[in-house]
Amino acid sequence: MATAKDFQNHLKPNWCPGCGDFGVQTAIQRAFAASGLEAHEFMVVAGIGCSGRMSGYLHTNGFHGIHGRALPLAQGMKLANRALTVVAVGGDGDGFAIGAGHTLHALRRNIDMTYIVMDNQIYGLTKGQASPHSGVGFMTKSTPYGVIESPLSILQLALAAGATFVAQAFSKNPDELVALITAGIRHQGFSFINVMSPCVTYNHFNTYAWFTEHLVSLASIEGYDATNKKQALNTLLDHHDLVTGLIYQDREKKSYQELLHGYSATPLVEADLRLPQATFAELLAEFG
Amino acid sequence: MVQQIAWKVGGQQGEGIESTGEIFAKTLNRLGYHLYGYRHFSSRIKGGHTNNNIRISTTPVQAIADQVDILVAFDQESIDFCFHELRPGAMVLAESTIQPHLPPGKDVILCPLPLIALATEAGRAQMKNMVAVGASLALLGISSELCQDVVREIFAAKGDAIVNSNLVALQSGETALRALFPEQHPDLHLAPGDGKKRLFMIGNETTALGLLAGGCRFMSAYPITPASDIMEYLTKKLPQFGGVMVQTEDEIAAVTMAIGANHAGVRAITASSGPGLALMTEAIGLAGMTETPLVVIDVQRSGPSTGMPTKEEQADLLAMLYASPGEIPKIVIAPDSAEAAFYDSIEALNLAEEFQCPVILLTDLQLGMAQQTLPDLDYQRIQIRRGKLDLHPQLPEQSEPVPCKRFLLTDDGISPRFLPGIKNGIFHVTGLEHDEIGRPAEGSANRQAQMEKRLYKLASLHFAEPVRIDQRHATSDLLLIGWNATAGAINEARERLEADNITANCAQVRLLHPFPTATLTPLLAAARQVVVIEQNATGQLAQLLQMNLPASAEKIVSLRKYDGNPFKPGEIDAGIREVLHGHS
Repeated sequence: MATAKDFQNHLKPNWCPGCGDFGVQTAIQRAFAASGLEAHEFMVVAGIGCSGRMSGYLHTNGFHGIHGRALPLAQGMKLANRALTVVAVGGDGDGFAIGAGHTLHALRRNIDMTYIVMDNQIYGLTKGQASPHSGVGFMTKSTPYGVIESPLSILQLALAAGATFVAQAFSKNPDELVALITAGIRHQGFSFINVMSPCVTYNHFNTYAWFTEHLVSLASIEGYDATNKKQALNTLLDHHDLVTGLIYQDREKKSYQELLHGYSATPLVEADLRLPQATFAELLAEFG
Repeated sequence: MVQQIAWKVGGQQGEGIESTGEIFAKTLNRLGYHLYGYRHFSSRIKGGHTNNNIRISTTPVQAIADQVDILVAFDQESIDFCFHELRPGAMVLAESTIQPHLPPGKDVILCPLPLIALATEAGRAQMKNMVAVGASLALLGISSELCQDVVREIFAAKGDAIVNSNLVALQSGETALRALFPEQHPDLHLAPGDGKKRLFMIGNETTALGLLAGGCRFMSAYPITPASDIMEYLTKKLPQFGGVMVQTEDEIAAVTMAIGANHAGVRAITASSGPGLALMTEAIGLAGMTETPLVVIDVQRSGPSTGMPTKEEQADLLAMLYASPGEIPKIVIAPDSAEAAFYDSIEALNLAEEFQCPVILLTDLQLGMAQQTLPDLDYQRIQIRRGKLDLHPQLPEQSEPVPCKRFLLTDDGISPRFLPGIKNGIFHVTGLEHDEIGRPAEGSANRQAQMEKRLYKLASLHFAEPVRIDQRHATSDLLLIGWNATAGAINEARERLEADNITANCAQVRLLHPFPTATLTPLLAAARQVVVIEQNATGQLAQLLQMNLPASAEKIVSLRKYDGNPFKPGEIDAGIREVLHGHS
């Protein structure tokens, strides 16, 4: 069986020392190992930004695409080959700004795959501009007078979009993150895991210490029921989204693949591409 | 008796103008006529003038007629709108309750008929269409009995009562017409067809069918006029073959999803029109950079911006040649007929996999939406070629965590390919410049090697018929060049020129990138004057020819149309004579 180390390729990431993404990478490797699958069975599709480099640091199949489009790339791959375990990764700019439309529609489409966002509330790779998760008043290179737009609540939006698996974690708390990614991979549908992954270079507001102080574990909320959407939404509102754990899971809703009419039970990549002559003649007969 | 007739039905959008044309055309197809239909419509569902123009001929036709012989008008607006197209002596069958009247200035026969009253008598006022079909067939000297099978087929699902009332309506149209014109009008008496029923399709359907036959099993797309027919056909058919059509949130998702599916190993496509293609350009660059096969169909419409969504234009050519940030290998194919679109769609899928690059299949609204009879599509010509893709590779053990060489430098620039998910076959790709193992790499020697590898790939491309050449003369007064749907109108104009002893060869350019300079060079050299006929305002193909064939640049003249309507043969004929006159 593959171990966490088998998913590493020994390249030295170009992330800054102390970057939250290191913890996310380790957690991904551990969760992949825990899945019992082998490295070649995974496909990691990455967006653009610091977190987008993730696919290059894992020993799995990887596709590093264009900014904001990891999700449609990943969905296409999953539908083409349902035997692949597909995981998309990216940052909050990639997923909640330029790719926000894809994120909402991927959530409602519910294709069986996992999406991990490394959320640092800043654009790191372009050297420090505001992201849709930057807090009001946050001064960045693109907001020298402070952010005046409200931060987007992607977690609340996810629930509204019909998501079937919504979780949040903190890169400094790897055990919880590993458990959530593992559960996300097992989930029969689209699993979304937002990970608070501090940027130590450009975000001196949302720091490790800040998250440690503000994040509330859902495990500490008595009677929290992750299958209760109303409670999930209320809890997010009460805690300004600063919670960790499994926020919501719907195990009843069928995945897109299960609902698709006529969809091949075997991976579509194995389909015979030639039409039988009789079938072709039947298709032609419809035009006359 | 006449060998061809141009028939047109006009009314308000949503009142069954399309189905009137369909029933009429289906009947004539079964009698063995060649047909070419073109719809005038607007971007709205109900209301607004619409008309359906069907040309009926005993020989193949691929253009709209210059003039209309019979107009069926459900409202006065249709008479006013189409009056200028009517030939002297044309017949206008008009609903009598609208108290139709003819504008002055032309000798046309007005024939008011109580279409609605007859339909109501037969059961329902909506069947006025069927009354009009019966009357129209009678005008051509064709018994409405020959239309009965078509009516039965179309309404079978709605039950016997509906079928029978439609048959009554059909018959009443014929009877009413005969009562008015007991004698057959010789100018409208159509010579018999050959009795051979042909395929009756639009180019979007031949394209979609070609994709299906060519092994496409995945489509992701966003609705847009005039390309939606392709998604609507494939969403019905793909599930029969285990496949999927995903309607995405936008065109960027459509193209990237198709790239993802292609990367995983399914033949996947997307289809759109100019505005959608504009959104897809970054992703087309990604397919070029990651050497992922991809077929994108652009059914061109009038631009710029939202332009005129339901109108004809060929103005995306240059944009498609350069559609990508940076420089990538790309193949751009422009089918020159609905029939060609079938075979070219299959070839596009093959070339995308063989050359591991994006292929743009460029068609236009007229080619995509004109209903027409076609010769049989040949099953034997369907080929599936997947190039260097190895579905069952024997791979050495991947003992080190190093990706396979997806971007191996080879003599022809094309790397061996296998699909993700295979043991010992782990590989990585990126839109960043990369080395042979797909890792980001910015070194100058590697950069140069990978750029040259990608751009050199197309050197080995052999495209069967990059230019459809119809060369009658070793040297000629004229070489007429067009692309996409203009072929039919150009050919008819050419016959008129030849009849006046003006010699003309014809060439329809089908491969736009890489540009078939070698094929075109002797053709242009053999002509005194080259006229490039295209549906855009800036003469894009003419520019491309001048750029690629500088030796012939001075004899290239451009004939352009950009009012949203397809060229008619007479317009091309007149335009060319003007060119000749100007140069004599």
